[in-house]
Amino acid sequence: MASQDVSTQPVNPIPAKPTGWSPSLKFQRRIFLLPAVVITLLFVIFPTVFGVYVSFTDWRLNAVDGRSFSGLDNFRRMWDDARFWNALRNNLIFVFIGIPFQYVIALIMAVLVNQNIRGRKFFRVAFLLPFMLSPVAAGWMIGRSIFDARWGPIANILDDYFGIEWSFYEDGRHAIFALILLSAWYSIPFIFVMLLAGLQAMPPEIFEAARIDGATAWQQFRDMTWPLLLPVSLTAIVLRMVFEFKLIDIILVVTGGGPGNDTETLTAYIYREGYQSLNVGYGTAMAEVFLFTIIVIMTLFLYLTQRWIRDVN
Amino acid sequence: MSTSAVTPTTTYSGVVRPGAPRSTRVWRILGRLLTYAVLLIWAFICLFPIYWTITTSVKPNTAVIQGPTYLPYWDYEPTSLGWDAVTQGSQGEIFVRNFKNSLIISLSSSTLAVILGAMAGYGLARFNYKFGPFRNKDISFWFLSQLILPPVAIIMPLLILYRRLNLIDTHIGLILLYTVANLPIVVWIMRDQFNSIPSDLEQASVVDGSTYFGAFGRIVLPIAMPGLVAAFILALIFSWNEYFFAAILSRTNAITVPYMVAAQVSSQGVQWWTMAAISTAAIVPLIVIGVFLERYIVKGLTAGAVK
Repeated sequence: MASQDVSTQPVNPIPAKPTGWSPSLKFQRRIFLLPAVVITLLFVIFPTVFGVYVSFTDWRLNAVDGRSFSGLDNFRRMWDDARFWNALRNNLIFVFIGIPFQYVIALIMAVLVNQNIRGRKFFRVAFLLPFMLSPVAAGWMIGRSIFDARWGPIANILDDYFGIEWSFYEDGRHAIFALILLSAWYSIPFIFVMLLAGLQAMPPEIFEAARIDGATAWQQFRDMTWPLLLPVSLTAIVLRMVFEFKLIDIILVVTGGGPGNDTETLTAYIYREGYQSLNVGYGTAMAEVFLFTIIVIMTLFLYLTQRWIRDVN
Repeated sequence: MSTSAVTPTTTYSGVVRPGAPRSTRVWRILGRLLTYAVLLIWAFICLFPIYWTITTSVKPNTAVIQGPTYLPYWDYEPTSLGWDAVTQGSQGEIFVRNFKNSLIISLSSSTLAVILGAMAGYGLARFNYKFGPFRNKDISFWFLSQLILPPVAIIMPLLILYRRLNLIDTHIGLILLYTVANLPIVVWIMRDQFNSIPSDLEQASVVDGSTYFGAFGRIVLPIAMPGLVAAFILALIFSWNEYFFAAILSRTNAITVPYMVAAQVSSQGVQWWTMAAISTAAIVPLIVIGVFLERYIVKGLTAGAVK
C-alpha cells in the first residue's frame, strides 16, 4: 500500500472537453482537492513546521518571562538524557519484538480461516472484534482487570493449577511483556484481515497444479503461499510499524510508564515532559527527533525489504 | 466427517476428491481437529475480554474481590450496582454528557472526513493535477505519508495554536482535528474505490453540459457507496476510540468516552463494576458495528493493498 501501487496516472481519467478548454473546468477540478489540502496544511503541516521552531526554544507554558531562542540546548540535553534513550529503546522493543509476534499469529489464523472450514463467518467476525475496541478500554479490560495480580483470572489460574506466582507488573520485563501481549491482542486483527484478503486473492489453480504434482501442504505453504503473500505481508507490517511507533494509550492507562520508567515509550515521555511539566520546548525537540528517527527507520526498512523481495522472486 | 472410504473428502482448498488411503485420512481428520482447536482457542482469546468486561459490569462487590468469577447466576447473583453508579445522579449526568460528546464528535468528524476525502479521492482518481513538480502520485503519497506522523510531533504546537484560537475544550476543535487525522485513510480508500468505477457515464454527463460536481454527486457517489461506507466506518472507529488528542485538548465540556475511561482507571482502581460498565459503554457500539458491517471494515482495511 505504501509503496507498491501508488499509480502514476488515473485509471479512468476524464479527458478535458474536446471543444474548448475553459478555465472554470480547471477551477472545478482544483476545488475537489482544495479543502482536504488546506485543512491538512493548517492542522498538520503548519504545526509540524512551527514545532521545528519551538524545538529550538526554551519555551515553558508556565514561564512568566516568555520564551527565548536556545539554539541546540534541547538537543544537547537529549543526548545526555538517559530517560530519552530508555524510552526510544522501549519503542524499538515494541516494534521489533511485538510486530513479528503479531505477524506470526495473524499468519497462522489467516491460513487456517482460509481453509474450507465451517463457521468461517463467525471466526472472521470474532477475530476482527479486538481491532474495533478502544485501546484505552482494552487497557482496562485486559491490562488492569484480567492481568490483575489479586483478582484477575490469569494470575489466579496460574497460582491455583500450576503453582506459579506470576505478577504482570512487578518488574520491567514482565510489564513490557504484558504490554506486548495487550498490544498484540488488538493489533493482530489488522494483520489478519490483510493476510486473509491476500490469501483469498490467490488463484486456486496454482495450488491445484502443485497438489497434482504431489506437493505436501507444508511445501505448498513454504514455496507458494508465503512468497506470494510477501507483498501484502510487507504492507501490513509497514502499517503496523507506523502505528506501533505511536503506541501510548495502553501505556498511560496500564502502567503509566512504570515500574520506574521501564515501560515508558517516547510518546509517553514527551507527553509528560510537554504536557505535565509544561516544558514544551524540550518535549517538541524530542518529538521532532522521534519523527526523524521513524522516517529513517521506515525508509531503511522499506529499502531493505524491497531489495529482499526482489531477491526472493 | 464420514469414515466411509467412498465418501468424498474435502481437502485443503475445498476440492472434493475420492477416498484417499486410510492413513492419509486419519492424518486429515487429526489436522481438521487441530485446525478447529486452534481457531476456537483464538476465538476464545479474542472474545473472552469482551465477555469478562460485560459480565463484570453486573458483578456485585463480593464477586470481584473474592477472586475471579465467571458465570452469572452460577458464581454470583448479577446486580445493577455498577450501572447505577454510572448512570444515576450527578455522575450519571456527566456520563451521559460525555457519551453524547463522543457521538457528536465522532459522527461529525467522520462525515466531514468522508466528504472532504471523497472529493480529494475523486480528484486524484479522475484528473491530472500538476502543482509545480507535484503530480497525482506525489499528492496521494503526501496524504498517505501523514500516517507516519506521531501525534506528539504536532500536539504541543497545536495546543498553543488552539489556545490562541479558543478551540481548547470545544467540540469543533476535536472534530476538525479528527477529520484531518482521518483524511489519509479516507482519501486512500476513496481513490481506490473511484479507480474501480468506469468514467464513461460521467464523461457523457460532462459533455452534456453538467458540471464536474453534478456528475460527481449524482452519478459517481451513489455507485461509490460501498467505499463511502467503508471509509466512514473506519473513520468512526478511529474517532470514537481516540484518546491522546482528547486528553490534551479537552477539559470538561468536550470530554469523550475514552478520556473518561482513562480518568476512571487512575481514580477508581478498585471499583471494577463501575469501570466495567463504562468500558462496556465504550465498546458495545463498535461491537455492534463490527458484527453487522464486518465486510465494509475489511473492504476499507484492504483498499489498495490487495490486487
